[in-house]
Amino acid sequence: MKSAVIIFPGSNCDRDMDVALKKFGFKNQMVWHNDQEIPKSDLIVLPGGFSYGDYLRCGSIAGKSKIIKSVVEFANSGGLVLGICNGFQILTETGLLPGVLLQNKYQKFICKNVHVKINNKENKYFKNIKKEILELHIAHNEGNYFCSEDEIKSLNDNNQIAVTYCNEKGREDEQYNPNGALKNIAGIFSKNKNILGMMPHPERVIDKCLSSNDGSFFFENLFENLK
Amino acid sequence: MKVKVIVTLKNGVLDPQGKAIQQTLNGMNFPEVKEIRQGKYFDIEINTNDEKKAKDKVEEMCKKLLANLVIEDYKIL
Repeated sequence: MKSAVIIFPGSNCDRDMDVALKKFGFKNQMVWHNDQEIPKSDLIVLPGGFSYGDYLRCGSIAGKSKIIKSVVEFANSGGLVLGICNGFQILTETGLLPGVLLQNKYQKFICKNVHVKINNKENKYFKNIKKEILELHIAHNEGNYFCSEDEIKSLNDNNQIAVTYCNEKGREDEQYNPNGALKNIAGIFSKNKNILGMMPHPERVIDKCLSSNDGSFFFENLFENLK
Repeated sequence: MKVKVIVTLKNGVLDPQGKAIQQTLNGMNFPEVKEIRQGKYFDIEINTNDEKKAKDKVEEMCKKLLANLVIEDYKIL
């Protein structure tokens, strides 16, 4: 299975993602934002970071970069596109995913482990995954998911809500919502579930010696599903 | 010619920065400040003297990049 990680100026989770993908079997290639073509891949990843210094709005400039046209074409032809953190923000700015990530409700940069519940397993990302709740890491200032009432209805109707913030038992109360995100949303799919954007970083928790190993379940499972 | 654009958050969209500025002003002995909404201002030098053409172009820029219409409104001055 081949993957490609796009590097924007200011990306800082690109190499972590590279390590994670390779650890679980992907043949990964790094692609520079100024390139126009992406090598043949089964998965494209937009990594976390601060692309273009978060100028204008997070992800907005990256969303208009040279490489994005190829990402959009790949996504529209059904290819798997995963956006983590800033990658999620870029996906909303390109219009590949609905909504937007606002500044956190309590105006603080949040950096900690959280639990998220997997809401939908009928897709390549979570099918057959052995867990219902994952402990993943978040690190963001703009992770407060927001969209219009029509959009949230459409997300619900089409089972596009991928992961939601909860406690370790899966309770999704407001107190387990770190950033004020609408309906505790931590990640969403596109309509046909080939695009996944999420704020938590699975690539940061892929080893038993780290604070969680649940990212391993995510990548291992994704690799198996793509085989 | 120059075209000016103001981008503001739509009503009802949370604005933590505006809120923080408001609270700071309140603390600086401006208790009369009830609410602040922070926006963005763009001065665009555009390569034409045709005002209509320039404003049409800027409108397109607003829709495509300068504003995110999910949460923001724009005003071309």
